[in-house]
Amino acid sequence: MPKPFDKLTAIAAPIMRSNIDTDVIIRIERLVGNNARGTLGKWAFGALRYLSDGSENPEFILNREPFRQAEILITGPNFGCGSSREGAVWSLQEMGIRAVIGSSFGDIFFANCFQNGILPIVIDSEIVDALASEVEVTQGAGRISIDLKAQSITAPTGQQYRFEIDPRRREGLLQGLDEVALTLVRDPEIRAFQAADRAARPWIHFASKTA
Amino acid sequence: MGYPGRTMLAKIWDQHVIAQVSDDTDLLHVDRHLLHDLGGSRGLLDLKNRGLKVHNPELTFATPDHAISTARGRAGMTKIGLDLLAALRTETAASGIHMFDVDQPGQGIVHVIGPELGLSLPGSLIVCGDSHTCTHGGLGALAFGIGSSELTHVLATQALIQRRPKTMRVRFEGERPPGVTAKDMILALIGHVGAAGGTGHAVEYAGSAVRGLSIEERLTICNLSIELGAKIGMVAPDETTYAFLHGRRYAPKGVLWDRAVAEWRSLASDPDAVFDKDVLIDLSSLVPQVTWGISPEHVIGVTGRIPDPQAIDDAVQRTAVETALHYMGLKGGEPILGTPIDWVFIGSCTNSRLSDLRAAAGVARGRKVAPTVCAWVVPGSETVKRDAMAEGLDKIFMEAGFEWREPGCSMCLAANGETVAPGQRSVSTSNRNFVGRQGPGARTHLASPASAAAAAIAGAIADVRALER
Repeated sequence: MPKPFDKLTAIAAPIMRSNIDTDVIIRIERLVGNNARGTLGKWAFGALRYLSDGSENPEFILNREPFRQAEILITGPNFGCGSSREGAVWSLQEMGIRAVIGSSFGDIFFANCFQNGILPIVIDSEIVDALASEVEVTQGAGRISIDLKAQSITAPTGQQYRFEIDPRRREGLLQGLDEVALTLVRDPEIRAFQAADRAARPWIHFASKTA
Repeated sequence: MGYPGRTMLAKIWDQHVIAQVSDDTDLLHVDRHLLHDLGGSRGLLDLKNRGLKVHNPELTFATPDHAISTARGRAGMTKIGLDLLAALRTETAASGIHMFDVDQPGQGIVHVIGPELGLSLPGSLIVCGDSHTCTHGGLGALAFGIGSSELTHVLATQALIQRRPKTMRVRFEGERPPGVTAKDMILALIGHVGAAGGTGHAVEYAGSAVRGLSIEERLTICNLSIELGAKIGMVAPDETTYAFLHGRRYAPKGVLWDRAVAEWRSLASDPDAVFDKDVLIDLSSLVPQVTWGISPEHVIGVTGRIPDPQAIDDAVQRTAVETALHYMGLKGGEPILGTPIDWVFIGSCTNSRLSDLRAAAGVARGRKVAPTVCAWVVPGSETVKRDAMAEGLDKIFMEAGFEWREPGCSMCLAANGETVAPGQRSVSTSNRNFVGRQGPGARTHLASPASAAAAAIAGAIADVRALER
């Protein structure tokens, strides 16, 4: 079950490159075991975070204080594009990220965030840029506040921005809802649909023991 | 009357709505759920841990592809690949799910076997824990990739909660010039609209040039929909579609076939349907495409020049190009043609079907791979492998110096120890040239199978038109 998300005031780290794909967020070989979860935090952004000898890349923002403590990422456009791997979200979560602010996201990554209690905020690129530069000006000291109920972001200067979010997803995050459990309650509707559909499109349904 | 026409997306979507969840979000029925070795057993174990059973095992199919070795005789199986294969066998058997196992017809890359077996049907809703599930849209299916949590949700309920996407139509018009393949068409589109150009949209590919494509070519086009940000790509079914599907193992037969085709004929978007976005691509001046950077949108004609950061005014854009050139070890402003390469990979869910192998073999026949190049051909499925061998394509490749391998995802995502070494340059028929995609530090150029074969022969990025006979 996802952890509920309500309000957050935290250090934010801007990673403003565009098209940061989920391969860059977490490499596939970190995900191929069945026991990878819980070990992914240190591998998030591995290609950017570590040099080829395995040491930390001092140039990368998440290796610098206070950004090491960041719970919010401010990102360039099309963040999380590419592979469907939910490990990308898990790795961010395991390194302490709870919200990602950007002007656009890869669709599957965006959906995966909600499944894990991470809030992805879509907002105009001018506002993303403004937030990033305010954070940079204060060397990360200026914290960002997010209020999901009020759908607002407060910048280090106190400037407030409103963001839009699908009400169903907002409710899901606020309450930490379990989608599987919610859908299972509707199982009679699923079975009724299948019974009718078996008559309408019999070529879709193979012999079923479960119906 | 007076209603605007409906899009194919709307028609298929509406037919799958079990319940409306909110204004623009529905609980949808999943007709086909495909599992692979990377996430399949994990999903089934998640389900077991929650004390739940697979809702419709007969609508769920599995095959190993991502983490298995493609070495001859599977000689290169890694510990993790073996573990994932064993787990997929155990968990599918326990759940009553059919798995197409290694060396059996039906095994292969999930997005190759679905169409090949007739599991992917027009108007059906198909999901898989893999972003390239959009491939199946080439047959007129509504198909998209999902994450692990959604995968568990589908196993438990045979349904999925989804927000209805906006619609985008891409019309390809004009005559295709020589050397220009389906891969070149879709790469050109991504270059035109950008890697986020389709985000939040379901893309319908239309226009005379799409109508003229074979199903395998349509699958290639739809495969790269995710690389323009769209998780759905589709082509309206037509006579080409029905001819492709007729007689396939899981396609309807007899009276049911006739009923199904009658239904499928109604799926195409109405002539007056309105799309949220419309794009037109004129093919008549297109040349074979190749990527130079680290996103599929970093693409140029093979005779073109690599972008010069000095000529870019926008600082953000300039930095992005500099970053890509640095990783790729290339200089801005230079021609890409003639760039020396170390690797060629012909395979992946984009370009590993029989027609792809035929196109590559057509270029390779009677020629030799450059001595500096290591070139692999990885068929997309056991059936593709057997069909290609029956035609003697394996011999053509091997005589030219290519390595002929077993079916799987292989070097496309390098999840199985099959990687391009750091700093080495590869021309690949796959779908992603991301940083590290083919191995840490690997440099990938995306191209068509014929262009990749031409590069293998030349030992450098080459213009396939000079080699075509």
